[in-house]
Order: sequence, then C-alpha cells, then structure tokens
Amino acid sequence: MNDIQLPPIDYAALLPMLIVFGLACVGILAEAFVPRKHRFAVQATLTLAALIAGLVTVIINRDLEVTTIGGAVTIDGAGLFLQGIILVLGIVAFGLIAERRLERGGAFVANAAHAADSDGDKKQLNEAGATEIFPLTLFAIAGMMLFCVSGDLLTMFVALEVFSLPLYLMCGLARRRRLLSQESALKYFLLGAFASAFFLYGVALIYGYAGSVQLVAIKQSVLDSDKSGVLLAAGLALLAIGLLFKAAAVPFHVWTPDVYQGAPTPITALMAACVKAAAFGGLLRVFNVAFETTSWDWRPVITAVAMATMIVGSILAVTQTDIKRLLAYSSIANAGYLLVGVVSLGGAVGSSMFYLVAYGFSVLAAFGMVTLVRDADGEATHLSRWAGLGKGSPLFSAMFTIIMLGFAGIPLTSGFSSKFALFSSAWDANQSALVIVGVLSSVVLAFPYLKVVVLLWLNPPGDETPTVSVPGYLTRAVVGVGVLATIVLGVAPSWLLDMVNSAGTFLAK
Amino acid sequence: MTPEYYLVLAAVLFTIGAVGVLIRRNAIVVFMCVELMLNAANLTLVTFARINGSLDGQIMAFFVMVVAAAEVVVGLAIIMSIFRSRRSASVDDANLLKY
Repeated sequence: MNDIQLPPIDYAALLPMLIVFGLACVGILAEAFVPRKHRFAVQATLTLAALIAGLVTVIINRDLEVTTIGGAVTIDGAGLFLQGIILVLGIVAFGLIAERRLERGGAFVANAAHAADSDGDKKQLNEAGATEIFPLTLFAIAGMMLFCVSGDLLTMFVALEVFSLPLYLMCGLARRRRLLSQESALKYFLLGAFASAFFLYGVALIYGYAGSVQLVAIKQSVLDSDKSGVLLAAGLALLAIGLLFKAAAVPFHVWTPDVYQGAPTPITALMAACVKAAAFGGLLRVFNVAFETTSWDWRPVITAVAMATMIVGSILAVTQTDIKRLLAYSSIANAGYLLVGVVSLGGAVGSSMFYLVAYGFSVLAAFGMVTLVRDADGEATHLSRWAGLGKGSPLFSAMFTIIMLGFAGIPLTSGFSSKFALFSSAWDANQSALVIVGVLSSVVLAFPYLKVVVLLWLNPPGDETPTVSVPGYLTRAVVGVGVLATIVLGVAPSWLLDMVNSAGTFLAK
Repeated sequence: MTPEYYLVLAAVLFTIGAVGVLIRRNAIVVFMCVELMLNAANLTLVTFARINGSLDGQIMAFFVMVVAAAEVVVGLAIIMSIFRSRRSASVDDANLLKY
C-alpha cells in the first residue's frame, strides 16, 4: 500500500494565499491569548501586514505560470491579477473595517451572543467592538484569492465556502440595528447555502460526464467524449446558478438589496468590491477554460441573464429610497455589465478586470461616505435625510458627486473609461445586442445617481438633516483613495489598461 | 445492482431538498433541506466514482462532508442568534428588510 504519492507542491506560487491563511490562523490565536486592551492594535496590525505581504508576494510572482498540487491550483497571469485586485481592494476596505473614531468602539457589536435589545445588549452599546472581525476578514479574502485560481471545481467549491462562511457571520455583527443585521445574515446564509448546493450538484453531474473535475480535463472531454450532452448541460446550468448567485445576477439577485442594507456598512463595502471581483474571477475562469468550446450551448442563456440583470438592476435602482439599497441595485446592474465581459470570452477578460478595479474603488468610496452621514441612531441611510447636505458639508457632497458621476459613466471618470473598454471589447466579439442594451440601461441608471446629486445640492435641508461626521484618518484615506482612483482611472486609464492586457489570460493547459 | 438507480435516488433526494427549502417555514428545517441537497450531491459523486471506476468522486464526498460540517456550525450560530432576539425561527417572521 505504498502507491499513494504526494503531488508536487509549488510553495512559492502558493505563498500569497499561505501568508493570508496563515496569519488568519495566527489572528485566531491572538484572539485567545492577547489581553483585551491590546487586542485591537495587534489584530489590526496583523491583518494589514497579511494583506500587504500577500500583495507583495503576488507582485513578485507576477510572471509565474504554473499548475500545482495535482491541478488543484492554477497560477496564471489573469489569476494573479485578480488576486492582486482582491488584495488591493481588501486593504482599502480594511480601512473601513478598522475605523473606530466615527462611533465609539467601531461599527461592530461587542458580543454578538447577547440577544438584540436585551439588557446585556443595551449595556454593551458603548463597549469596544469585537476583534474577531479581523481574522474573519482575512479568511474571507484568502478564500476569494483561492477561488480565482482554482484549477478544479472541487477546490472552487471549497474556496466558495471558505469565503462565504465568514461573510455570513460578518453580516450579522452590526453594532446598531441588530435585528436588521441578523436578518440579513439569515437571508444571506440560507440562500447562499441553497445556491452552493446547486453548485455542488452541478459539479457532481459534470464529474459524471467528464470523469474529472479539473477545468482542463473537462475541456478535453467536451472535445473527445461521445456521451450524451444532457449531463454536461444540466451540470453546467446548476454550476452557473451557484456562480451567478454570488455575482448577484438576475434572477439570483433577490438577496442583494436586503443583505447590503442590513449588513454593517464596512462589510457591505467589502462584499460590493472584493466578492464581486472574486465571483467574476471564478465565472471568467470557468467559462474561458472549461466551457469555451461549448459556448454555443450556454451563450444564449448567459446573454439573456446579462440583459435581464442590466435592465432589472437599473430600473429598480430608480425606485429606491435608501442609499444602501440604491447602491445594491446599482451593483446588480454592474454585475450585468460584467456578464457582458463573460459572454464575450477571451478578448474581454482584460477589460472585465479593468472594470472590476474601477468599480471596486468607486464603490468602496461610496460606502465609506455612507458611514459618515449620521444622526443619534447611527447611519442615516434614507435618501430624504440626505436632502440639502451640500449646504452644510460642501466637501463631502462634492466628493459624493464625483463618485455618483463616475457610476453614471460621465467622461473623465473611471466609470466612463471602464464601460468604454468593456463595451468596445464586447463589440469586437460581435456582442452588439448586449452592448446596445448595456448602453441604454446605463442611461436609465444615470437617473438615480443624478437624483442623489440633485438632492444633495439643490433641495432645501429638512428639519432633521443629519450631520456629516468628521472622518477618522482611516475613513479619510479610504474615501480619498476611492475618489482619486475614480478620477485618475478616468483621466489617464492607459497604464492600467496596458497592465491588464499584459497580465495575459487564463492558463488552459 | 445497476448503479444508475442511485443516480435516480439522488436526483429525487435533491428535488425533495430543493422543494423543502422553498416551502418550509422553520429556518432549521430549511437548513436541513439544504443538507439533504448536499448529501444528494454526495451520493451522485460516489455513484459516478463507481461508474467511472475512479476514486476521485469518493474523495470529493469527504471534502463535501467537511464543508457541510463547517456550514452547520455557522448556520446554527446565525439561526440561534436570530431565535434569541425574536423568539421565533420562522423565516416568514424575518421581514424587516424590504423594498
């Protein structure tokens, strides 16, 4: 019984993920052994160090192309670039998660075990927030990194759960409005588990068809196999449900507004930026590597999903009265634009990644600014409360206007350059119908954004207009970086476009 | 024994689980239905491993069991916390977030 051999492992290629996973485990030990008053400083330093070290090792590995651990992990140019995106956006989102100056003790509850509105819950209102949030963030980010470079569907399933499970928990950890927060965690968890069960059954059916779950082996067996295509088609459909759920595409988007609204705003920002990058990284890899040769079968369906996502997202965004829900529907519509990149396959991988960077920075700044508008009950997210903020807080309103114009796709912002790059590569791939729907829906989507701008500047302030808190240096940095990226990527996008194009595509051998 | 019967059984179990998620009200029962779906996928994996004559599917089933166990830990924690706040585990009662 000595015939079991360990597959060769390329530790250098795995180093970014090993660092983040390893320091997440150290963070759990720190939670147990570091005295309470030092815990926040230790955990925050550890988390930031892990993310930066991960980013540095990703940059060092940038030219690597290798398949390791028996095909479970494929490190390639596009995968490394996606890992880099997730880490950079994760570092920015860390600024929001670690912020403790806006509210005593930060945005997270001190002891989640207290029932909402119980005596214990009232007592802990001013206690410092739990620091478990930091290792949970690291586990989520490491899972997303693994998700983008999975070489087989089983690794992809495990990575999907590794980044989803911490997110389910983090959604339920808001300091204020705890019932809403717990409800969002419950909804996200039940629907997420439902979707991942579909994903897994899809994996099982594809295993039955191809005899393997490795992406390259699936591609090969699609070319060679004489089995009936029913198993493949059913498996692919179920697999796509799991992936499209995470990407928040219509008709699997219903959880998005509720979870975005109920979750603590820093976690919403993390989900909108990093999870979107990871989900689309996974989608792009699966469709470009394993199912490129069957594109005749799935393309009509994904095209319909992309159209529905763009249309439903942009129309429902018009009717929203809560800024977090508005941004949630806008993230659904943006998922539709990114799906255009998925349908266009190979040529659009680079511009999809560019879009993920541009959108990620803008959305982080947007949610960062949502955390600043507060009254006695915490964040004031209803849009009517935002009327006339421009009079009292012109700098805040000017920055929010820039972000909104960026989302609306006004030239000289990243929203314009990223949409232009994505739609022109889709046009080159003969997806003209999708491009037309995309442009029309982005016209519709401009309306809610401009409505917010009008509300900020032109409407008279109400009786109870909330104040804009003076941000701590962390939130200030996040908002500054986000606004700066929105402008820089709009005025001078060419260096990043060169970078995504030279990053190469997915390794398919 | 033809292994195909097990595929049919797994498909039936998966469907029962999916329908259960959609129609049951108690969060714990909904969650058990999700677990049923995962186990149906496991049965499919093991059966295909037998049909294909490779061990991969059986090994995958082990991974799935571990992931499902982790999911139980997180899921029950979330359901417990909402039950303690609301004194109810019905998914219909969790209706504050809408529109």
